[in-house]
Amino acid sequence: MITRHIFRRALFCFCLALLMVLPGAMTAAAAGKSTVKLGYIGPLTGGNSSIGLGARNAMELAILERNGDAGAKYSYELVSLDDECKPNIGIQVATKMAADRSVLGAVAHYCSAVALGTVDVYHRFGLPVIVYGAVHPDITYAHDYPEVLRIIGTLVNQNQVASKFMLSQGYRRFAVISDTTDYGKSHKEYFTKYIKEGGGEILEEFGVTADQQDFTAELTRIKSLNPQVVYFAGLTPLGVRIRAQMEKLGIKAQFEGVSGIKSEAFITGLGAELAEGCLSFLEGSPLEKLAGGDAFMKNYSARNFKNPPDTMAPFTYVAANQIMDAVEKVGPDRKKIISYLRGIKDADSLIGKVTYDEHGQNSEPYVSKYVVQDGVWLVWEDSEYASGKRSLKK
Amino acid sequence: MDLILQFCMNGLMLGMMYALVAVGFTLFFGVLDVIVFSHGDTVMIGSFAGLAMYWWLGSYYPELAVFWMTLWVLLAAVAVVALLGMLTADAMIVPLRKGPPLNTLLATMMLGTVLRESIRLFFPDGSNPQTFPGLLPDWSWQSGNLNLRFDNIVLFCSGACIIALVHLVINRTRLGMAIRAVAQDEEAAQLMGVNFRFIVLATFALGSSVAAFAGVMNGMYYNEINFGVGLLLGAIGFSSAVIGGLGNVYGAILGGFIFAFLQTIGVVVMPFASAYKDVFAFGAVILLMAWRPTGLIAEPASKRV
Repeated sequence: MITRHIFRRALFCFCLALLMVLPGAMTAAAAGKSTVKLGYIGPLTGGNSSIGLGARNAMELAILERNGDAGAKYSYELVSLDDECKPNIGIQVATKMAADRSVLGAVAHYCSAVALGTVDVYHRFGLPVIVYGAVHPDITYAHDYPEVLRIIGTLVNQNQVASKFMLSQGYRRFAVISDTTDYGKSHKEYFTKYIKEGGGEILEEFGVTADQQDFTAELTRIKSLNPQVVYFAGLTPLGVRIRAQMEKLGIKAQFEGVSGIKSEAFITGLGAELAEGCLSFLEGSPLEKLAGGDAFMKNYSARNFKNPPDTMAPFTYVAANQIMDAVEKVGPDRKKIISYLRGIKDADSLIGKVTYDEHGQNSEPYVSKYVVQDGVWLVWEDSEYASGKRSLKK
Repeated sequence: MDLILQFCMNGLMLGMMYALVAVGFTLFFGVLDVIVFSHGDTVMIGSFAGLAMYWWLGSYYPELAVFWMTLWVLLAAVAVVALLGMLTADAMIVPLRKGPPLNTLLATMMLGTVLRESIRLFFPDGSNPQTFPGLLPDWSWQSGNLNLRFDNIVLFCSGACIIALVHLVINRTRLGMAIRAVAQDEEAAQLMGVNFRFIVLATFALGSSVAAFAGVMNGMYYNEINFGVGLLLGAIGFSSAVIGGLGNVYGAILGGFIFAFLQTIGVVVMPFASAYKDVFAFGAVILLMAWRPTGLIAEPASKRV
């Protein structure tokens, strides 16, 4: 009696399950496509979330476009996780993603401190990853992991360009503030190296913690050294505070940041007046300068995302497309995808040519110089500062 | 010389901010023997409430004079934060009072996280740093390395006035007498007809109002606020209250200035190791605590029996 009861129950459940699964199975069969999961990891909350969200949206855009393409062999699904720009969280979510065998490739990380910790995870699980925004050289150069590639240039190139530019503008005396993360420290290391080689002088270097609020003590000391430039290596939240407090103390020096402050949040946090004339350097060209940039912007706006694309969106967009190209070409197999990606050479893309070297590093780095003019980050060459109409602080 | 004066000026501003936060910690501990760890985040809520008021005024009454604008911003911050303080006391502190003190400590710590994350998630663009209006005129007087700003002086003096006011309320009013009575002996005070619940709420409203002022002052001083500022501010405020002597208002003020002094000295003496200034300051706090476990100005033992 009881067994009969259980049997009937099981049959009922089975039928129910079949009913629920069938429609899905039928549509998939009708489309003839199996679904492939792709991952995204970046800061979706916290101080750097505006960049992380824009980058995530760009990847979603790439996937939506590919899914709309009748010629694609697979349909794609985005799995997106938040690393909060914190190494401990980053390793957790990277492990979660890499351990999921149904995820075939990922685009990840804006913060170097996170990426430095997670590359080992990707290697251990064999997940192909293209790093889109973290610029510390060790992410690609400190190991031989075939799984890890990077589409953005390293901060070595960035500081080469930055120091050359500053010296060419006639600046010689620099005060340096850097946050104590790997990101800030290695920016400082390369910047001071190139400045010294170019004949400039580093008056003093200050390390600051990433959650520091008050910089008046450091800045007072800097003021007494009377530098021409205050160079800051770190991310937007600290950049905003330091620039604001420089004004409070009446420091007249030019403010120069790194790629970490090139965000909309830097200008909204400071207001257009204080942000005016601040400098930053960033890998790649701005959207409007890129071939296909306008089209990208149009498609992005058409999807009504809640956040603007911000600076890293083109990189994730291209990286996501590279992984999807790989899946289309070699099928859903992590190992084959890696060797396909490694073979990318001289490929045209939204961000210009892409070539991965033996370390998986895109070796076609182009660094743009930016200056804030009337509340907008402008490419240096297009600004009134370059044309001589306005001038930087001396 | 001008350099030293500038360092002193920075240290004094920082010290005043810490002292205002520490006063709250010390008030709550003095009256209820509880440590309210969300106090730092209460300060942060104060600055965001002020900013929201400023935005609202800016869109509905853009013609309003700066003085009234400042007053309304301050009032909004105080109102929101005092209400929050009373709510915290009524819903969390009083009900948990009979349990082990660890529970209150944990509960308020969690509350701090809730407050922080709420601002991050629900305030418009809350995860990014926000510009806080200067409001006060930015007159300044420059001499060599010294940049004396009018707004800093006003902020410092009003901070001092607020502390003096708290002192007066506690020592010269009937309400203050009741607060002191509850602090000394809660049961005896109740026997004498003191309304215990009312006094607790009043104390929290008072301490939180001071925090709201610190929040607005923090915003006007740095012209920038962010959701995470409360965490470190809370830790520093608490340490200041402890080195001064928990439960003693003078101790809190002294502790606040000592902490700011330590941080500034850390940078002046060791500019090459400026990243370690917090390590240096907190290390010094540990030493001070080893030397005077009950704080520099300890409460008389009879009070605590």
